[in-house]
Amino acid sequence: MKRYSVFAIAREAMRHHTGWERAWASPLPKSSYDVIVVGAGGHGLATAYYLGKNHGITNVAVIEKGWLGGGNTGRNTTIIRSNYLQDSSAAIYEKARSLYEGLSQDLNYNVMFSPRGLLMLAQTHHEVRGYMRTVHANLLQGVETEWIGPEQVKRLVPIMNIDGPRYPVLGALLQKRGGTARHDAVAWGYARACSAMGMDIIQQCEVTGVRQQGGQVTGVETTKGFIGTKKLAIVVAGHSGQVAEMAGFRLPVEAVALQALVSEPIKPCIDVVVMANTVHGYMSQSDKGELVIGGGTDSFNNFTQRGSFHHIEETLRALIETFPIISRLKMLRQWGGIVDMTGDRSPILSKTPLGNCFINCGWGTGGFKAIPGSGWAMADLVAKGEPGPLAAEFGMDRFREGRFIDESVAAGVAH
Amino acid sequence: MSTRLARGGRLIDRATAHEFTFNGKRMAGFAGDTLASALLANDQMLVGRSFKYHRPRGIVASGAEEPNALVNLGQGARLEPNQRTTTTELFPGLAAASQNHWPSLEFDVGVVNNAVARFLPAGFYYKTFLQPRAAWKHLFEPVIRASAGLGRAPTEADPDRYEQAYAHCDLLVVGGGIAGLQAALTAAGTGARVIVLEQTAHWGGRAPVDDVLIDEKPADHWVAATVAALSAMPNVTLRLRCMAAGVYDHGYVLAEERVADHTPGDGRPKKRLWRIRAAKVITATGAIERPLPFAGNDIPGVMLASAVRDYIVNWAVSPGDRVVIVTNNDDAYRTAIAVHRAGLTVPAVLDARTEADGDLVQEVRSLGIAVHLNRGIAKVKGGRRVSGVAVCAQAGEGAVLDEIACDAVAMSGGWSPVVHLWSHCGGKLIWDEAQAAFRPDPQRPPITHDGQAMVAAVGSANGLLQADEVLADAIRAAGGSGPAPKVHAPAEAAMVPVWMMPQGASAELRAKMWLDYQNDVKVADVQLAAREGYESVEHTKRYTTLGMATDQGKLSNINGLAVLAGSLNAPIPQVGTTTFRPPYTPVTLGALAGEARGEIFQPLRRTPMHDWHQAHGVYWEPVGLWRRPYCYTRPGESHADAVKREVVNARSHLGLLDASTLGKIVVKGPDAGRFLDMMYTNVMSSLPVGRCRYGLMCNENGFLMDDGVVARISDDTWLCHTTSGGADRIHAHMEDWLQCEWWDWQVYTANLTEQYAQIAVVGPSARKLLEKLGGMDVSKEALPFMHWAEGTLAGIPARAFRISFSGELSYEIAVPAGQGLAFWEACIAAGKEFGLMPYGTEALHVLRAEKGFIMIGDETDGTVIPQDLNLGWAVSKKKADFIGKRGQERTFLASPDRWKLVGLETLDGSVLPDGAIAPAPGMNANGQRNTQGRVTSTYYSPTLKKGIAMGLVHRGPDRMGEVLEFPKIWGGVVKARIVDPVFYDKAGEKQDV
Repeated sequence: MKRYSVFAIAREAMRHHTGWERAWASPLPKSSYDVIVVGAGGHGLATAYYLGKNHGITNVAVIEKGWLGGGNTGRNTTIIRSNYLQDSSAAIYEKARSLYEGLSQDLNYNVMFSPRGLLMLAQTHHEVRGYMRTVHANLLQGVETEWIGPEQVKRLVPIMNIDGPRYPVLGALLQKRGGTARHDAVAWGYARACSAMGMDIIQQCEVTGVRQQGGQVTGVETTKGFIGTKKLAIVVAGHSGQVAEMAGFRLPVEAVALQALVSEPIKPCIDVVVMANTVHGYMSQSDKGELVIGGGTDSFNNFTQRGSFHHIEETLRALIETFPIISRLKMLRQWGGIVDMTGDRSPILSKTPLGNCFINCGWGTGGFKAIPGSGWAMADLVAKGEPGPLAAEFGMDRFREGRFIDESVAAGVAH
Repeated sequence: MSTRLARGGRLIDRATAHEFTFNGKRMAGFAGDTLASALLANDQMLVGRSFKYHRPRGIVASGAEEPNALVNLGQGARLEPNQRTTTTELFPGLAAASQNHWPSLEFDVGVVNNAVARFLPAGFYYKTFLQPRAAWKHLFEPVIRASAGLGRAPTEADPDRYEQAYAHCDLLVVGGGIAGLQAALTAAGTGARVIVLEQTAHWGGRAPVDDVLIDEKPADHWVAATVAALSAMPNVTLRLRCMAAGVYDHGYVLAEERVADHTPGDGRPKKRLWRIRAAKVITATGAIERPLPFAGNDIPGVMLASAVRDYIVNWAVSPGDRVVIVTNNDDAYRTAIAVHRAGLTVPAVLDARTEADGDLVQEVRSLGIAVHLNRGIAKVKGGRRVSGVAVCAQAGEGAVLDEIACDAVAMSGGWSPVVHLWSHCGGKLIWDEAQAAFRPDPQRPPITHDGQAMVAAVGSANGLLQADEVLADAIRAAGGSGPAPKVHAPAEAAMVPVWMMPQGASAELRAKMWLDYQNDVKVADVQLAAREGYESVEHTKRYTTLGMATDQGKLSNINGLAVLAGSLNAPIPQVGTTTFRPPYTPVTLGALAGEARGEIFQPLRRTPMHDWHQAHGVYWEPVGLWRRPYCYTRPGESHADAVKREVVNARSHLGLLDASTLGKIVVKGPDAGRFLDMMYTNVMSSLPVGRCRYGLMCNENGFLMDDGVVARISDDTWLCHTTSGGADRIHAHMEDWLQCEWWDWQVYTANLTEQYAQIAVVGPSARKLLEKLGGMDVSKEALPFMHWAEGTLAGIPARAFRISFSGELSYEIAVPAGQGLAFWEACIAAGKEFGLMPYGTEALHVLRAEKGFIMIGDETDGTVIPQDLNLGWAVSKKKADFIGKRGQERTFLASPDRWKLVGLETLDGSVLPDGAIAPAPGMNANGQRNTQGRVTSTYYSPTLKKGIAMGLVHRGPDRMGEVLEFPKIWGGVVKARIVDPVFYDKAGEKQDV
């Protein structure tokens, strides 16, 4: 892999950029691998990357039915934070956030992690008490967060209307080290690094079946033929249930559409990420100048990647109420993604009833921020066959035992 | 130069002049002008700067596809950034300013990016700014952010208003050109309810500009007659200035109408958002001309051929005096004819094809205009304005054969049907080799729930670019059969796709061929993306930002993916398109939000006593959509002092609480008792009529979700009180089970929350007050604790519930909502002698916490079961089943090793912080402090004159007397002793007197 740098760009500029090599190879599948990761989204690619980097396992294929990074990795609002309430959530999201800090250098690919700060507004007294609990929890978890008053909120976000009239801002939970990253670049950077380690990223290759013998996985049937493997990692948010069914087990997840939209690009007007859960909307401004806005999930299951339009209207009402100046801006593009939802809205990183088959799913509406931590923990699980501390609490058995990891009090809505 | 022609202009009214300003410069136009045509009439071709390289940008197009000519429109609170000049109707006093430059449009410092453009290829930012790590946040990113973006955001709230409306129809026709009008006429003739939307301010589309003859008359005649006929039909609605933005499932179409955009401040809504439900949609959305990729094709003065002719014919504006035409098809020859007719010069038509002999070509030749075949443009000369073109052979590498001086270039690379709406909801496309364009595949349309085609495309939107085919297509799609009007259009020869000009252009030329004008994506960038493995069209788009600008690639997408296909050596249809997403053109956020702003952002639910509270020093607390009094302050009193006073007074004298927000759900029917036994953890079917019982509701997972007092009203009727925040949710929860699981049970529910005002009369003098009001026996004997009775109080029909959430003697009185205020005021008046004071939610909280009563949302958080809260007594052991029973039997929940409710008493009398957590020794495997308990509710107790709290502590009830340490977030530790959670009147004597 030729390293990227400003010097490399200068060199290539002299020859009209004809010397750049492929970011990742486009190989045909080999007959078998040590590990197959199904799903070349952020989580799948990160799993493969840390399998190689942390565990020295590089005989890996990442297979993808569409184009890499084309699922929820490429269609989210790119928010990164780790100020979660429950210990196990805070641990894995904080791991992810701290890995994001050095990810550009680690991958030699600028993922534009931008710790611009993230505010979660409290607009009811109940919400204030909830966030105070989070602040206390984060203190003991080693997650840096703070509680700030409305005046400081206004200083950080001058365009915010903190006086209501409907829901005055009473304060906010601030995570200064939270922020955003360039979502596509995360997938591309991991893909390039995986490819450089000799892993095969096989796009346009859909899994159609999982082959097993004696309770152990032996390989996958795909649209490019059978591929053998010693271990299988299923990392296919949105369609986890379908792939699990091929592997012979059921998952406690359901799929719903979650929407997002962007405005036309404008000059910088908001520097931090703002989440307003009482009115339900969140917004940040991308480096390109677009306001990136997250909407709600449909309350019925579907796979359309569209979603019901009234959610967009509700979200924009909330945000215009919060940021009155955006009313005259325009929505440039809206879209939907399919998210896995578990019973406690927390993810699953787990062994499965099928031997040497592991699953990573259920990130719901908050998967992007978790990608490096999720990949790190999943690689650990796949390599060792048993979950490490980050994944320990996220096993599927928790639903059978009632050991829920419920963040709803801290994030009553999408998180 | 560009200027106003002396004659012509079918859309302008020369009798009505409008003055306007551009960058502060006074200019004049006519009614009927767009801002773009008016700017051109004033020789203002340079109108903006591009996104990345800050290159000069001129007007390219004449409609919604315009990528360049975006301005900051209006001033102050009415500032609107990124407004497309080509779709902005001119009005008197319009003020526009160009954007994305500093210090001025003419001299922009940002153009330094252009000078170093070769160092800034597609995706350069992924490859650099890597070291040192901190520099990205502190140096590089701020610079990038400042130079990106286009227009400015307003700095004030929007003074305009926006409406939303619904419409329903049998057929929605999108597009008011001849195809749309014909389809509407045909369908309306069958009696169908038809709505026709046209995004511009005029009917007729391109046909009148293109000299189409219908029934041997200019198309304008047919258009006028057809619009008149449609207007006269009661089943037809015509809407101009209304852009269909998106098509969604089940025939749901979103459209944005520009109501007062061109008459700002006239009191009408600025825009109106239409949500249309159509049984069928016809898209007659036309086609968009493609630019040609040649070096310098972004220099101001290079325009679409169709736009040049639009400006001449519609607005009598000449984009230039000498217009070179460059094309790969016959249609552009119409522009040569229009330019010639306007008295301007066409130095040459450069046709990339090796042969061209259609009717239009012959006509142009007969006008004496030079037509050169197998020719293209090697390079456009000029900086802020075209000054000439270097001519080359198309089948070559760009060797310059000739130079032609000119001040405008009209280019045509063929036409692409507008397939956006067709595609939004799943319609598929096929590649039309002859037109080199994607068009709707009639075999794979968007479908309705029953598998029928939901959308049909007609006319040029359907790939029929010859006018004579269009009307027949429209009649067919609208279900008609008769013959189409006779259309005369000249015969056109086949176009030949040109994805690069010249065919063998050098790398240097390819780096100057623009595909996406706004985002500065060139042929070389797409080729680079392909070379680097970003081969999926979605990867290419995202890596290069092709088609991601505010025009969403209306001009660039097809050219871009053709270049990509060329780089990959793959056929274009195999490369495919990116996903078409709504909206078709950007929609104002205010229109999407509608009128729900400010006070009416969300409906404010008001109890009958709301105004009374407002008039009596209330400090409000939002609770769901309600506002409840948090406390009532007296002059000079802090909120905390008010709460203390209210608590003390309720305990010592008499308090009055507006409890009307509490949910009140009536459950009735032969199976109601059985149903409630499933909904609640305890038994409700055995509750005698006239009695009340505190009940708990869990979700399927066993976690506590709501609580409240249930009263049995009659043999088959129960009244279930819920929490204020829970009323709607619990009602929906009940209906969910009734409708989905127990649909055969005879149970009916009604949410009567707003039908009753409910007032809690609380304190030692509660009975005295009610006796003074008079009308019913409220004595201990007649109405014991946990009973209810019906009667009248103060002459108002009332239900009195002997229940207490404070530990005091207490009655909750429900009266009809309409008499709630009267009853409240009667209590206030009669209560004077007993020292009555109203109290708010915070006093309510303190009173209940002193008593050890839990509060849903404080002691519960979705992970707590009743047993954790020492409420096991309210969970039936006898019932065969209830919702949550199975969940609670799971090992983790059934374990004795759980965090359980206790009281917490600080050693120093201070108030524990909200949400404080007690660490336990050691760290967990993830390096986090272990924990052993947390505060769930914490208050200053005026009764006990010290801080009290409730909390969940690991095996708490077994650890009475133990002291826990709670770190504070701003430093320090509070020590608290584990105690019984009932701090006040442990024996319960006061409430039962």
